[in-house]
Amino acid sequence: MTPLKVARNHPRCARQSVVILIGLLQIVLVSGRTPASAQPVVNAEWVRTLDAARGQTVYFHAWAGSTHINAYIAWAGREVEKRFGVRVEHVKLSDTSEAVSRILAEKTAGRTEGGAVDLVWINGENFRALKENGLLYGPWAETIPNWRLLNAPDHRELTTDFTIETDGLEVPWSRAQMVFYYDSARISDPPRTIEALEAWLVEHPGRFTYPLPPEFLGTTFLKQALYGLTPYAHELAAPATDANYDRVTAPLWSFLERVTPLLWRQGRAYPQSGPRQLQLVADGEIDLAISFNPGEASAAISRYELPPTVRTYVMNYGSLANASFLAIPFNASATEGAKVVANFLLSPEAQAHKLDPEVWGAETVLDLDQLSAADRRLFETMERGAATLPPDALGTRLPEPHPSWTERLEAEWDARFGVGR
Amino acid sequence: MNPVYSPPHPDTTEGSDDAEGLALRRLCIRLAGKVLVDLDAHIAPGRILTIMGPSGSGKSTLLSVIIGTTAPAFTVSGRIVLDGTDISHLPPQKRRVGILFQDDMLFPHLSIGANLAFGLPPAVRGRSARRERVVRALADIGLEGFENRDPATLSGGQRARVALMRMLLAEPRALLLDEPFSGLDAALRDHIRELVFSRARERRLPVLLVTHDEADARAAAGDRIELAHTD
Amino acid sequence: MGRPFWSRPVTPRHEDRSPFRYAPLVMLGVMFVPVMAGLAGTMLPAIGYFPALGGDSISPGPIMDLLRWPGFWRASALSVTTGVGVTILSLAIVILFTAAWQGTRLFSAAERLLSPLLSVPHAAAAFGVAFLLAPSGWMTRVISPWATSWTTPPDVLIPQDPWGLTMMAGLVAKEVPFLLLMTIAALGQTESVKSRVIAQSLGYGRTWAWMTVVLPRVYEQIRLPVYAVLAYAMSVVDVAIILGPNAPATLSAQVVSWMSDPDLALRFRASAGAAAQLGLVGVTLILWRMAELSVGCVARRWAYRGRRMQRDRPLRVGALVAAAMPIAAVLVGLLSLAVWSLAGFWSWPDVLPSSFTGTTWLRHASDLRDPILETVRIGLLAVGVSLVLTIVTLEAEQRFNLNLTTRRLGLLYAPLLVPQVAFLVGLQTLALESGLDAGMAAVTVAHIVFVLPYVFLSMAGPYRAWDDRYATIATAMGSGSQRTLWRIRLPMLLGPLLVAAAIGFAVSVGQYLPTLLVGAGRVQTLTTEAVALASGGDRRVIGVYALSQTLAAAVPFMVAIALPRFVWRHRRGLQHR
Repeated sequence: MTPLKVARNHPRCARQSVVILIGLLQIVLVSGRTPASAQPVVNAEWVRTLDAARGQTVYFHAWAGSTHINAYIAWAGREVEKRFGVRVEHVKLSDTSEAVSRILAEKTAGRTEGGAVDLVWINGENFRALKENGLLYGPWAETIPNWRLLNAPDHRELTTDFTIETDGLEVPWSRAQMVFYYDSARISDPPRTIEALEAWLVEHPGRFTYPLPPEFLGTTFLKQALYGLTPYAHELAAPATDANYDRVTAPLWSFLERVTPLLWRQGRAYPQSGPRQLQLVADGEIDLAISFNPGEASAAISRYELPPTVRTYVMNYGSLANASFLAIPFNASATEGAKVVANFLLSPEAQAHKLDPEVWGAETVLDLDQLSAADRRLFETMERGAATLPPDALGTRLPEPHPSWTERLEAEWDARFGVGR
Repeated sequence: MNPVYSPPHPDTTEGSDDAEGLALRRLCIRLAGKVLVDLDAHIAPGRILTIMGPSGSGKSTLLSVIIGTTAPAFTVSGRIVLDGTDISHLPPQKRRVGILFQDDMLFPHLSIGANLAFGLPPAVRGRSARRERVVRALADIGLEGFENRDPATLSGGQRARVALMRMLLAEPRALLLDEPFSGLDAALRDHIRELVFSRARERRLPVLLVTHDEADARAAAGDRIELAHTD
Repeated sequence: MGRPFWSRPVTPRHEDRSPFRYAPLVMLGVMFVPVMAGLAGTMLPAIGYFPALGGDSISPGPIMDLLRWPGFWRASALSVTTGVGVTILSLAIVILFTAAWQGTRLFSAAERLLSPLLSVPHAAAAFGVAFLLAPSGWMTRVISPWATSWTTPPDVLIPQDPWGLTMMAGLVAKEVPFLLLMTIAALGQTESVKSRVIAQSLGYGRTWAWMTVVLPRVYEQIRLPVYAVLAYAMSVVDVAIILGPNAPATLSAQVVSWMSDPDLALRFRASAGAAAQLGLVGVTLILWRMAELSVGCVARRWAYRGRRMQRDRPLRVGALVAAAMPIAAVLVGLLSLAVWSLAGFWSWPDVLPSSFTGTTWLRHASDLRDPILETVRIGLLAVGVSLVLTIVTLEAEQRFNLNLTTRRLGLLYAPLLVPQVAFLVGLQTLALESGLDAGMAAVTVAHIVFVLPYVFLSMAGPYRAWDDRYATIATAMGSGSQRTLWRIRLPMLLGPLLVAAAIGFAVSVGQYLPTLLVGAGRVQTLTTEAVALASGGDRRVIGVYALSQTLAAAVPFMVAIALPRFVWRHRRGLQHR
């Protein structure tokens, strides 16, 4: 008996068939309205890239201080190998500058092909260093099919990296925004301005710290505090000069001089990385911590790394926000493979998986309006966890200052509070 | 310099009887210029030459020279002739000179059968042929059915018999005995000594016996050389 | 023939030209060439010569730059204080414990614990110690809040205290087992028990008797291992990263971080730092030697007075406590790592987690696969090469009576006396300079430099102690030296062979710096992965990696103990060896 026959004999089945038909029609119609995303755009160029990529091994240099990020990259590697025959080797960096130094070293040694780095997770000063020295391959960003899902023209922050134009040399991968988290079982009203933070530290000495600059989260805290303290925030978008640097940053240094003795371990030691603060909060060594990932606290709760009473909040005056990117060095050994990996990492599936607090909990760079209804549902139905703020509660996004500020801040911090103290 | 040997070697360095048995011709072993052993001797097939002397008199060095495992510190001159062939420059494993020590030196990791098979020349080919020779050899020394036994489970007398048989299976053309009976208790000693000597005679092997046991020397009933203390 | 026929040497000459003869040279070459090349690769950039980075003239620039680095003097002082402190403490504990307890059942029990303790990689031990001693660690959890009335962990700077005390504790815990093993080996070569008993019969207390009559001879034997401990503790990097201070870090740790800085100009400063580390270790070793002489002089004067020190009971108890603490710290530390790797939420001051879960292990099972494979590959290769070189050398020594004993043994220790950073930095520079790809092969070569001495030292004793008459008997039965080696000698030495392999493997598993610097970060073993996790501070994952690392080192030991017992289960003569 064929199904068709059944349908003829049984009216109920016939009705079902109609429903399915209408459903199919709807999908066609809906996707017709958003043609950009219904089907991945497959052009001849991309087919050639896929062919060339098959069998390649991509050495993906990515910061590896968080085991959950490592696990996510491992998952992506397995998927890419299964689907496109591209192997991914995650070269685990404790600092992205390690990859930059390797590429520089290869350039110096005259190695213009067969380089050790195929794809690197990067932003800010590291991107600037590579771009200024002509060490990047491309422009290539717009050649990958999933580029369209970003709707880049509407999102300036996806084509500027710490105020530097990306010029198609890197594709955005993830968004970050500075948030604070605290254990609501211990404190009820956390400080929401930098001045309030100082007052709170006077009452609760030793209960807050920040990662050791130049670790990126530590540096990010310096910038976040700078925004909250300096009256000249608008000058941060342009390069720092000898003329304005001292004037703009003076309030930050006097703040730090006052609060450092009130920090955890009296400021004689700092956590070596952002995730290290999770353990400190869980152990009750500190009450307040910072993260560059609004989903991190929920993710940590689900992995037993934080108590379930932890909550996230943002500063009243706004939070530093940026995007991080994927770039291919000029001498990469597996350029095509790297593009295939990047394209997969930008796919709705990979981006939604990244958003899952059980996995990583990092914000997507995709513009949800560009996605099909089914893909959009992946994001909208995601359970973000009790400790994660809804998107509309994340407040103002403060842009990253020009990288020259970062470099000067790190150097001065080191001289005042680091080794040079 | 203190040459210590006995008896003084004859003027004839190479007799016509060297065609058979083991001849040590003007064999002189020196250590740092000092003469340790200097002798000239011939052992006819089936005969036993006994060498006696206190420890430190170079007995074991003499044996190592004949076996071919001398340490380079010693300077050796002269010739070792076995059945008419000069073996002085042959590598040890080609000399066909067997040796038995005070300890039985059965390989502890091999079964009794495998110990015997280790001595059996490779010319005996085929698993079953080799096995048959091993079984026969065991029967010969009254140890039927011992092939798979662990050497450590045998008595001292049994082990001594296996050691002898293992050496004989290698078909040596001369036999050196390095105080081979002193580790055995009195009752066993006579028995094993008789066994070794009779087997050597049967096979017409020239035997060099190193000992400081008077009873061994008497039982050997052959020539006797005394080495003096060198200090 | 010019000479009379009877003066021809009677010894066989056919083996004189055998390549075997050169085995000891080859072995020393394998150990020394990388060290020497690496030192050259460090020294040249330290004085400004590094063409690939535009340094083509000799200048004092890098050294001046290093001296201008504000942390230099503190980092150097830290290196000396931790190195000397660790060596004195470890040596004192080992000497006191051996003096007070040698020959007792307790001492043999401690002896049995040594192999497992030695196989624990430094990084894993350091992680364990970190959790024990941290203000939020197990020790404060056990006594809080009932005994301390602390409601939050005390805000004290441990680990990473600026004096490096936590780091010293972690190092002492690992060096005590090493020195104890070396001491026990040395005791075998001295008539220690007889001497002590004679001194006791003259009325000397047990501990003092040992120290006056046995120690001088034992110290002669363990001098080089003591120097190795001093050099190691002064320049260690992985333990320093986990337990050491970070503002500034120790000199070696700082050199490693300069090596990975994007600013390649820092390579000059890193090389100068590595050279400075070498000089620092050299000077400290010379001072140590001078201190040895004066301590010996003072001790002889004491001994001449003839005081008997009969009532040494408190001293003996103190020695026991002092020896038990580091051993317990390592074992309890490992246990804490195991608990963390299985922990659900675990807040302070709970002594145990509120729940247990296997999810951390499950989540990382697939990530563990590659580093485990890499660890095993490198370990097997390094151990294989080391074993072959060792056996060929020992066999050559045997066959040609080459004298490679005590005097030249010092050479074996030489790579262990050179601080690792001093030549590994240079090896990376050479790789960069020559454009060679630093991969697994290069890492394996660097591992062999450290594995070979341990394999040789642990194999040499049993190999030389083997009764030569077995070989004579075999030869007399017509067996060539190859056949004797394979059929008789090696099977009989199966146990020691496997133990040497296990020791070598454990050494390889624990190597951090050779893997990181020579592999240029691209070769990832369990150790590099575990240390990389240190900054994240995720104790659950650290537990998983540190335990995996410990198991990788410990499993070969279990095999080395179990396999000979199984293979020779029907051979009583080979048991209880």
